[in-house]
Formats: sequence, C-alpha cells, structure tokens
Amino acid sequence: MTIEPNEPIVYNHILVRFGELSTKGKNKKDFIKRLYTNVKNALSPYQKLTYERTHDRMYILLNGEDGEAVANVLKNVFGISSFSLAIRVPSQIEDIVAMGKRVAMEDDAQTFKIDTRRSDKRFPMISDEVNRAVAGAILKATSMKVDVKHPQLRLQIEIHETDTYLMKGRIAGSGGYPVGVGGKAMVMLSGGIDSPVAAYLTMKRGVAIECVHYASPPYTSARAQEKVLELARMVSGYQGHIRIHIVPFTDLQLAIYEHCDESYAITIMRRMMYRIAERLAKQQGALAIVNGESIGQVASQTLESMAVINSVIQMPVIRPVAAMDKLEIITLAKKLGTYETSILPFEDCCTIFTPKNPVTKPAIDKAEKMEQRFDYESLLDQCLQGITTMEIDPIAKTEEDEEYF
Amino acid sequence: MIYFDYASTTPVHEEVLNAYIKVLQNHYANADSLHNDGRKSQRLMEKSRAQTAQLLSVSAEELLFTSCASEANSLAIKGFALAHRQRGNHIITTRVEHSSVVHAMEQLEQEFGFRVTYLPVNRDGSVDMNALRQALCAETILVSTMYVNNETGAINPIEEIAAIIHEQSRAVFHVDCVQALGKLSIPLSDIDMATFSAHKIYGLKGSALLYKKRNINLLALINGGQQEQGLRGGTANAPVNTVFAKTLRLALSEQTLHNQYVQQLHDCLCAELSELPDVQIQSNKNCVPHIINVAFMKVGSEVMLNALNERGFAVSAKSTCSSKSKAHSYVIAAMGLGEIAATHSIRISLSHLTKPEEVDALITALKEINHDYRTK
Repeated sequence: MTIEPNEPIVYNHILVRFGELSTKGKNKKDFIKRLYTNVKNALSPYQKLTYERTHDRMYILLNGEDGEAVANVLKNVFGISSFSLAIRVPSQIEDIVAMGKRVAMEDDAQTFKIDTRRSDKRFPMISDEVNRAVAGAILKATSMKVDVKHPQLRLQIEIHETDTYLMKGRIAGSGGYPVGVGGKAMVMLSGGIDSPVAAYLTMKRGVAIECVHYASPPYTSARAQEKVLELARMVSGYQGHIRIHIVPFTDLQLAIYEHCDESYAITIMRRMMYRIAERLAKQQGALAIVNGESIGQVASQTLESMAVINSVIQMPVIRPVAAMDKLEIITLAKKLGTYETSILPFEDCCTIFTPKNPVTKPAIDKAEKMEQRFDYESLLDQCLQGITTMEIDPIAKTEEDEEYF
Repeated sequence: MIYFDYASTTPVHEEVLNAYIKVLQNHYANADSLHNDGRKSQRLMEKSRAQTAQLLSVSAEELLFTSCASEANSLAIKGFALAHRQRGNHIITTRVEHSSVVHAMEQLEQEFGFRVTYLPVNRDGSVDMNALRQALCAETILVSTMYVNNETGAINPIEEIAAIIHEQSRAVFHVDCVQALGKLSIPLSDIDMATFSAHKIYGLKGSALLYKKRNINLLALINGGQQEQGLRGGTANAPVNTVFAKTLRLALSEQTLHNQYVQQLHDCLCAELSELPDVQIQSNKNCVPHIINVAFMKVGSEVMLNALNERGFAVSAKSTCSSKSKAHSYVIAAMGLGEIAATHSIRISLSHLTKPEEVDALITALKEINHDYRTK
C-alpha cells in the first residue's frame, strides 16, 4: 500500500462487529449468514461495495462509496453491536506503526491509548508489544501523552493473518438479532402510533414481519391507506422490504353494527380482525401475530377485553408495547420517524363507528351469542379472498411520472 | 435583442417547460382535494418537495413553496419577527439587501417599532464583520443577509457570519440565496432560514422556496387553509411546485461546468473593459463571475441603458426590482465607491447560454458608446 504522506487518511473500510449472536453457539453460522445477507440487501444501492467475512467480523470495502452514507444505513441493521471506519494495512509491524503515527498526527487529541487485538496469534509480537511500538512512535512524533483511563484518542488495532485494521471511534449499531433468524410474524398495522413501534421491536428480535391492514372504504379514505403504506415504508428498512396485506373490511364491519349491541361492536370487530390475522398468518407461514395493544389504553385493551378478543385464536399474540406508557411509545415512534405520519388525522376502522359507551369488561358468552346472530364465517372468507397484497420498499420506487422530475 | 440580464431573470429550460405544460394539462386538480385526482396533484408536489430537499440535503418538511422570493423573504423576516417580539426587539441586516428585505425591515421599524441595524459593507461588497460583532446584542432576534449581491455579485462569507451569530447571540440567521443558487454551494446546516427562486435558475416565474429549520416558528402572512403547514394559505400552485425539483436538479447537475464557462466569458469581458478610459469595474475577486458591475464614469446609467437598448443589448442598471426609482444605486454607494459610480453603473449578467461572439459584440458597443456619449 503506497500512501502520499501529505494526503489526509482515507478510511476505506468498515469493520462490523456482530451483536448478541456472538454468544449463540451452534446457531451462530446461520445468524452470521443471515446478517451478511441483510447487510448486503440494505446496502444494495451502493454498488461499488465489496464484502469479506470472517468468523467474528465482517468487513465492508468502500471502494470509493461515501463512508458516512453507508454508516447511516448500517445503524439500522439489526444484529450489529457496533462498527468502525477503518484503514487496512499489511500485517507488518513497520506498516502498522507508520499508519498509527499518521492517524495520531492527523488528530488533535491531547491524550491517547493504543488498543491492540491479535486474532492471528502467530504474529511475532504480542499485543502489548505492538501497543508499545506504536505508542513509542506517536510519543516521538507528537506532543500527545498516554492516558489509559480516559484517552481522547482510542486507536484500535486489529491484527489478522495478512491484514491489519486501524480505527478510531466506534459507532453503535442497533443491536438485536438479524431479521429473519427468528421466523416470521404477522403485524396488525393500524396507522396509529403504537403498531409501527410494535413492528420495529419485533424485527429487532430477529423476527421478519408481514403486515395486515383492515380498510373500510368508503368510510376510510384512500389517504388513510396511503398513510399506512407510508408507515410500512418507514419501518421496512429494518428488514429490507415489507409485504402488506390490505383486507376489505367494510361488509363485515357493517354486519357487526347491524347485528351486535353497540357497546360490544369494538370487541367483536377486534375478534374478527384476530380471526382474519390468524388465517392469513397461517397462509403466509407466519408463526405469531403482533399488534400495538397497550394495557388499558382503550376499552378494547383492558386485560378483560384482551382475554375475550384473544380467545378466538390459537396462535400466540405478541404485544411488544403492552407494558409501555404512551409517552414511552411516542418517544420511540419519534426516534423511528413514524410519529408525525401516525398522527395525521384520518379515519380508520377503529374510529369510524366508535360506540358512545364501549364495554371495558366484556363477557365471552355475550360476545359469542351476538356473533351467532349472523353468518360471519362467509364474511370472513370474503375478506380473505378480497385481500390485496403489496410489496413496500424503503425507498419508494415510483417510476411513474419520471418525466416530471 | 442580445440578452445580458440573466441576474434579473432567465429563460425557462426546455425540459422544465415541457414538464410544466404536461403537469398543468394533466394534473390540474386541487392538491388539497380528497379525490384521486387531487391526491395525484398532491403526490406530485410532495415528490418534488422531497427531491428538492434531497438536493439541498435538508428534510422535506423544512421547505415551504411560495409564489416568489420576495414573498419568501417577507415571510422569513416579518413572519419571524412578529412571532418572536417577546424575545427581543432588534434585527440586523445590511445596507445592500434586495428591496424585498429592505422594505420588510422598514415596515417592521415604522409600523411595529422594531430597531433595525443596517450593517455597512466593505469595498469588495461583503459584510463588515466587525460591525456585525458590535451590533449583535441580547435583544437581537434575527439577522438577515444575502449570500450573493444581486447588483455586484459580491459574496458574503456565510459560514463565518453564521459562526459569529450563533456564538454571540440567540438570533436566527436568514440568508437570501437567490443569486447564489446554481452558482455556489449552499451551507444550509449553518443557516436557519433561506430563500431560493426558480426563475433565476432557468425555472418558472411565480416559483420560490423558503427553507426553515424545523424548530423555527413563523407567523403566517397569507392566511388561508392548511397549505404549506398553514404558513402560506391559498390553493397550492401544484404544477409550478411540481417542476421545482427538475429545475433545481438541472441547475445543480451542470453547475461546475457552467461556472467554468462563465468564468472564461467574465475574464475576457473584464480584460477588455479595463482597457477603456474612465471605466471602473466594481465587481472584484470576491464576486461570482456571472455578474459584472461596471461604472462608465462619463456616461450616466440611464443614458448607457438607452444607448445599449437601441443597439439591441439588454442590460440593467442596479436591481431590476427597483428600476423605476431614480438612477442611484444604494449598493454601490454603500460600498464607498462614490456618488458618481452610484449613478453611472450598469450590471452585465452572464450565463452559460451567452455566446463568446455576443460578448465581443457587447464590447464593441460599449466602446462606441463610451466614446460617443461621454460628458466633457
């Protein structure tokens, strides 16, 4: 590697450290493979990148792509504990010392520490000897002092068989598991604040998601549906893309209001939504249902209501935000960037026919009795048959009207 | 007519015009209507906003479409001042601003009792930084300066000004970037509000943009519906706003190339002008090459304009927006170049569309006029 001494150092690599998965014995291989695929998918717009992986690290060669832009994408990929912009030199002590000195000279820190790690134990010097060699050169060339407790510059050196990576700083990743290692779940995406957060938290644990949304046109508008698609788009980046199923819910909803007591309308509507979600989930190979219910937030989310609603299905229902305060959920939604879209005021299935006095402690037998008053099974079938499915990408791929832009 | 007045306005780019005609014909529905056609208009406009934001490296919700740069300047200055009166009573601007800024400031002084400091400029036309440091005080809520002066092309060191303002005060910083867009890079991360216009970069008239950082609140000046976050009422001019992104994209994509070409024209023109007797070139190294301000000390501005017009050349003296008032440039006067220069200046503005032979023809005409019409 030849470098002009006066050119600023170019960090041409990104070193990626794996997250929690480092501890997962025999599944580790699958985890790494999945993470590798997810990273490549997320970075697919940056075509010049090339990748290398070892048993505990992944290296992204920038090849001229913008390191900062790549870093911004990496921050959202689950399964990464941290990553650093790095410079690669040959694993020769002269090269390591020379580059260490240059990095230090370019930095305006007053104190430093060298942190060497040898993954290749055959390297002729032990880590501490490398530390001393590089530190010695820096002490000679600059006025910096060593501070092992609170250094302003922490220079990390990782020595591998043929190449050595030098880096300063460490960018925190999103943590969690690589999306996909934990199977798949069906998220009930309403368009409110809570369900996108629930979707995010589910993906964070390595579970891939599809979404189901209930639309009741003409009572709910096309704008409301666009809003839901936009929310799906906003969280889709965490797993690459999202499949969303739009269920035509109008007829079933009208039948509920025709045949059931007003106070039970929401309870029964939710029971119907659960039934549809379960059947759709099975059809799509999803193992669980996820929603944004939070205990006690509204009448249908009391523990009593949850029990009555949940009783119609067998599949596990995950409620990632069940025990969070509204304000905690809002904080997360703002962090995700979904909050502003979520609060756009469009009618959804749950708001159009809101009863004046919804029951907060419904009884199962009452709900079942009301459901016997009409043939909901055929209406459920109609809903399932009328589903429209869409694929949502993180960056809206709209080629229409390209001539205008 | 040979056109040398690109700083006043530019001809519309063919691609922009074609796109505009199509959008206007096909997507005329009100962008706030809830039907499919309305939502289509809205989507097109919002896509333009998003792409414009991307080109400027800001967020879409930080951009407001307005009908012209004067409106954007008024909204930024009056809208901010009136919304933050409780915070302080002092505003800073410069002596060489565009009339839309000057008159907004005067209104705030005369009708609303604000105190306004008009900073002097150096001989090269840039803001006097020491005067800025001295003027900033606890009462200052807003500083507004232009990036590139419309009469001389003088460039203000925007990043330095921003650093001083943000270090010494709580004031927000508004920059009129109209003459800088498509010529210089715009450091928006240092700026709180900025004004841009489409018709100076080969776009449509009636099309401008106010950038404002998310945390900045303004008082609406045009009351109406929910358009532009409630800050600018009136049915959205969706077709015009839809082609803003294309206009900007085209302008930025060839910025470097065009700048290099214009610089060559500029150097050639200046070399010839400096040979003429009684001529003072008032644009300098600190100016963009697109604008050349020059005083013919023996030929008044108006006479020069008329003579050039007769020979088929379109140029301006001072800002076109105050062209109907008497022939005295407050910008040239503020630079300390003297009273004669202030009444004897013209502004020649160049473009990548200008041909070298047009510059030659202009030089010949100027030589003749400078000789034939000179006062004794």
